[in-house]
Amino acid sequence: MNMQAQNRQTAAETALLDSYNAQIGELPGNGAVISARDRLVDDLKTNGLPTRRVEAWHYTDLKTLLRSIPASGPASSVRNPAPLVDAAALIKTRQGEADGNVSVDGIVVGSYADMLREGTAAPGLSVIDKDDTIGKINGSFVRDGYVLEFPAGAEIGQPIEIQALHGAGQAHTRFPVSFGAGSKATVIERHIQTTDGQAFVSSVSDISLEDGAEVTWIVVQEQGADDTHLAQVRVRVGNNAKLRLFVINAGGKLVRQELRIDVAGEGADLQLRGVNLLGGDTHTDVTLVLGHNVPNTTSTEIFRNVVFDRARGVFQGMIKVALDAQKTDARMACNTLLMSDDAEFAAKPELEIFADDVQCGHGATVADIDDNHLYYLMARGIPHNKARAMLVNAFVAEIVEELEDEALVEALEAIISNWLEKHA
Amino acid sequence: MLEIRNLHARIAEDGTEIIRGLNLTVKAGEVAAIMGPNGSGKSTLSYILSGREDYEVTEGEILYNGENILELDPAERAAKGIFLAFQYPVEIPGVATMQFLKVAMNEQRKARGDAELSTPDFIRKVKEAAAELKINPDMLKRPLNVGFSGGEKKRAEILQMALLEPKLCVLDETDSGLDIDALKIVADGVNALKSPDRAVIVITHYQRLLDYIVPDTVHVLYKGQIIRTGDKQLALELEANGYADIIGQAA
Ligand SMILES: Nc1ncnc2c1ncn2[C@@H]1O[C@H](COP(=O)(O)OP(=O)(O)O)[C@@H](O)[C@H]1O
Ligand SMILES: [Mg+2]
Repeated sequence: MNMQAQNRQTAAETALLDSYNAQIGELPGNGAVISARDRLVDDLKTNGLPTRRVEAWHYTDLKTLLRSIPASGPASSVRNPAPLVDAAALIKTRQGEADGNVSVDGIVVGSYADMLREGTAAPGLSVIDKDDTIGKINGSFVRDGYVLEFPAGAEIGQPIEIQALHGAGQAHTRFPVSFGAGSKATVIERHIQTTDGQAFVSSVSDISLEDGAEVTWIVVQEQGADDTHLAQVRVRVGNNAKLRLFVINAGGKLVRQELRIDVAGEGADLQLRGVNLLGGDTHTDVTLVLGHNVPNTTSTEIFRNVVFDRARGVFQGMIKVALDAQKTDARMACNTLLMSDDAEFAAKPELEIFADDVQCGHGATVADIDDNHLYYLMARGIPHNKARAMLVNAFVAEIVEELEDEALVEALEAIISNWLEKHA
Repeated sequence: MLEIRNLHARIAEDGTEIIRGLNLTVKAGEVAAIMGPNGSGKSTLSYILSGREDYEVTEGEILYNGENILELDPAERAAKGIFLAFQYPVEIPGVATMQFLKVAMNEQRKARGDAELSTPDFIRKVKEAAAELKINPDMLKRPLNVGFSGGEKKRAEILQMALLEPKLCVLDETDSGLDIDALKIVADGVNALKSPDRAVIVITHYQRLLDYIVPDTVHVLYKGQIIRTGDKQLALELEANGYADIIGQAA
């Protein structure tokens, strides 16, 4: 269907297409990559950005919400944030391009720009489905990123921290990461704005866990107050592999974080946890599409959302259990604290179950701060705002503490309390 | 230290008047007991002293060291030295007890313009106070009051009081749910705080606690008013004869 016929092109849509045209010949890629990009841009041009009429985008009408797109091209981006945990090996992109030569003991680090130039990236520049707008945008504009390969059996004790840094302007990165059979690792993926100004950011992490791999993957989104952040984590979890995926949103103006997870190997386990800290006039959407596609797999998904001011949050959680995925055990919960009368959160958990011998459940709650708790803390001399922040912290701390790693827990708690100090 | 004059207060939500023209004076250094049948308004009075928003003062005033405190929020009152040991302390999951104690102590210090405690000093103080009250240190590792037994909660309240060193201590039925050993420990804790510049208000049903925390004055609260004031003899009388006579005389 040609949406353009129905909808006039918005300023942002025009800017996107103009931006692509302006970068023709400049974006890295061989012939195959360029045709893949052209196809994606063509799709964007024909179909436009998704509106609320597209079910997958119903709560995030990107066409309306995305008002403008800053020009591409580098901006100065000077800050060098310290890694979340001291011991981490840092891998950085700056304004969408690899920053410095990187080598990390025990793993193979390659350049995604090289993959684009050589054409090996071309097959990955495809969409998951027709509503994969993030895949389209990122595939069109991506310039660089890192390719990480954790060899089979590698046990990497040192956490790896990918920092995607940017100032104003555009930044589009991609990180294909494979964890070999039996490997063990912790990766932190951070998106950080380092200077003021509006940014338009897209990022795709394309992760695979081979048999028996055990991985902790932490996404920390700390974008600026004017930034659009469109991100996707694509994961395939192999036989007996265990993935602990933790996502925290603590920034951005317009955010869509998609989690597209394929539990593809028997005995695989996914523990997904999310914390969404929303304030100001922001819009944040976490969309999960989780497929349990083989028998005997397990997963739990818990999201805790705190919404201040006039912020709007969305959680769409779709769990699909395939016909032969017997003995699937999947549990999803989405709990929200609304901190103001104008705050909003839409939670849409969905189960689509084709197998008959499964245990699946979901629940969603919305509450505000318990006045009795607030009074008790205040009666001990803790001022209102501080007491409120403590209670919000309490609401999300449970999720963070599950990570067990003390340094990591402390670092994430610091992000949460810093955020609360600014917003509560 | 505390002067309550013709206090009228109602439940904010539905307007029911609970405190109906209450007068009470408590001097520095004094231990005052408030007794009275269930539902008289004892807890309500303590909540109003602490600044709980669920109640609305419609008339009268509360002077604390000469200052009208009705406009202050609970945190401000606490920083000025008003402490209420709750009849039913709430459980707050996710808030670590130690963190709570530290924040409370330091926020009160900040409000008074004192320097914050260092972590070692803080830990030392808590350990000492907990040992005095025979509180199992493991309890302090749990979230605030979560899974504490009734008696443990009461002791935890007294621990907070010992650490915060308030000037006006209000104990709302701290004795209920305590066995005799725990009662003595708690009473010792309260007595240790007694000083010429502090006052203690003990709300209780039973003479038992008053054997250990000996009151200077005893007040009977009934239907939102103090209907009788006396010395510790009055408590013994109530123990022997119940409230009926006094209520009859007041009516
Ligand atoms: N927040 C409230 N909502 C409804 N009723 C209340 C509330 N607070 C107090 N009351 C009522 O006020 C009266 C006095 O209660 P309370 O102060 O707890 O008495 P006491 O502590 O002397 O037993 C009781 O009838 C009680 O039910
Ligand atoms: Mg009571």
